[in-house]
Amino acid sequence: MAETVVVGLGSDLRGDDAAGLEVARRLRGTLPPSVAVVESCGDPAALVEAWSGAALAIVVDAVSSGAPPGTVHMPVPMPLRSRSLAGSHGLGPADAVELGRALGRLPGELVVVGIEGGDFTPGAPMTPPVLAAVRRTARGLRERLTRERPGGPRT
Amino acid sequence: MTHKTVRIGALTRVEGEGALVVHARDGRIAGLELRIYEPPRFFEAMLRGRDHTEPPDITARICGICPVAYQMSACQAIEAACGAEVTGPLRDLRLLLYYGEWIESHALHVYLLHAPDFLGYDSGVAMAADHRDLVERGLELKKAGNELVTAIGGRPIHPVNVRVGGFYRVPSRRELAPAAERLRRARDHALATVAWVAGFDFPDVEHDYRFLALRHPGEYAILSGAVGAGDGRAEPASFAVADWPDHVTEEQVPHSTALHARLDGETGYLTGPLARYALNSARLSPVAREAAAAAGLGSVCRNPYRAIIVRAVEIVHACDEALRLLDGYAEPERPCVPVEARPGAGHGASEAPRGTLYHRYRLDDGGLVAEADIVPPTAQNQARIEADLRDLLAPRLTLPEDELAALCEKAIRNHDPCISCSAHFLDLRVDHG
Repeated sequence: MAETVVVGLGSDLRGDDAAGLEVARRLRGTLPPSVAVVESCGDPAALVEAWSGAALAIVVDAVSSGAPPGTVHMPVPMPLRSRSLAGSHGLGPADAVELGRALGRLPGELVVVGIEGGDFTPGAPMTPPVLAAVRRTARGLRERLTRERPGGPRT
Repeated sequence: MTHKTVRIGALTRVEGEGALVVHARDGRIAGLELRIYEPPRFFEAMLRGRDHTEPPDITARICGICPVAYQMSACQAIEAACGAEVTGPLRDLRLLLYYGEWIESHALHVYLLHAPDFLGYDSGVAMAADHRDLVERGLELKKAGNELVTAIGGRPIHPVNVRVGGFYRVPSRRELAPAAERLRRARDHALATVAWVAGFDFPDVEHDYRFLALRHPGEYAILSGAVGAGDGRAEPASFAVADWPDHVTEEQVPHSTALHARLDGETGYLTGPLARYALNSARLSPVAREAAAAAGLGSVCRNPYRAIIVRAVEIVHACDEALRLLDGYAEPERPCVPVEARPGAGHGASEAPRGTLYHRYRLDDGGLVAEADIVPPTAQNQARIEADLRDLLAPRLTLPEDELAALCEKAIRNHDPCISCSAHFLDLRVDHG
């Protein structure tokens, strides 16, 4: 069981909605073995599964709050005001939190990082400010997760 | 003249966004329109000019819940265009991957989306608070599907290991062993699921459906077959997938970005679990057949609410058949067959969890996609869902608006519509003129 899990949420073919997925891809293979990296379309069951038993879960998702595109929100207040809230199957990360709570399967600590998107048009590429935010977020998380021993010391 | 508007803030537990407008005149329904936004049309345009190897990956992203369905229909259409066919152990591996997706998708729908309707909860989350063990069982089932998809497809959503002609690499027997172990437990969970949902209270409703589903001589068709069409009484008519355009036509309706499908000129046919079961129930695995009989399904089920039982039976079948294939699994000698591009058209169809998913591609002289045509199950079912709603609402137009809205949501959810991967709002408006 990973002590820390980073979940990138989103959809690849809806412009800036891919931001969370892209952060996860940039982190994969660059983190200590105690950190799992998961990509998700926001299916709450998969999210609950991904963070069950983890001391820390970091969920990265695109958001649409009216801030300038590329703004990185951390932490995003609950309930998650994320783009993927309106995502696949009419359930989203906020439901995953509630489902996890009902089942007693929330991570020890849940941090949500929101990347403000500008263009969610199907087929659109990610916009330059969001790409820059993806790079920044991935770098920041990598520094934090490689510097710290996530979940405390390991024996 | 009275005017009444019923608005549902958000239709939860259905994919996509939708609006339902009902025009009532003198207490009767004069018109009913389910408005949906659907992305495949956009994808068809996006596919043009792409290499013949690309559609499986691109179309898999249309839906986060049934990417394997898109991959399988796309692969088979392109292989048909190129004169290639995937058979034997490689085809078995495709079946395994597809069973994994059925288990994932059906478990999600049965437990978190549909069951709450019968147990009086607003959501699966609310249900989980009172029925933790049940929801855990659903998640365990879903996880078994996830593991199978991950073991073969490389990851649980948008599998990356699928290619035209087969796979990039094939898993070893050892790599599949954990998935098989979990499936054995999942089959027991699936059988318990059938018994559980069979005990729900179902509205006493039947529709005289015209069913459409793939049929295969040796299988409860999921990956391939001929197209069967019938009412569940007489022997179904049958046509080859390549003849689909001669039988299924689509028309633009002004109120929706989805096209309405007609089967041999008639609108309102049904595809999905009820159709598969009506045309193929004799080909379910013995264990699934027994479970269906014990649940009182008979050989045909025309009550849309009882589709939850059929889905549960299909989970049993998927677990059972996947286990059979895993027990006999021998690593294919090569991961794929060569598929050389050549100009021409090819057709492919498979059974997505929600119903028959048809793809057609025409490749040009350079092996690039010149035309793409995708007919998803929800577009085919749209007219039928509207007909179900008409029957439901006609005698109830005077009911309080919130009751009407709740009834409509439930009737729509029976068909597990994959309206889109967009926002999920259904506005219901009843216009009394």
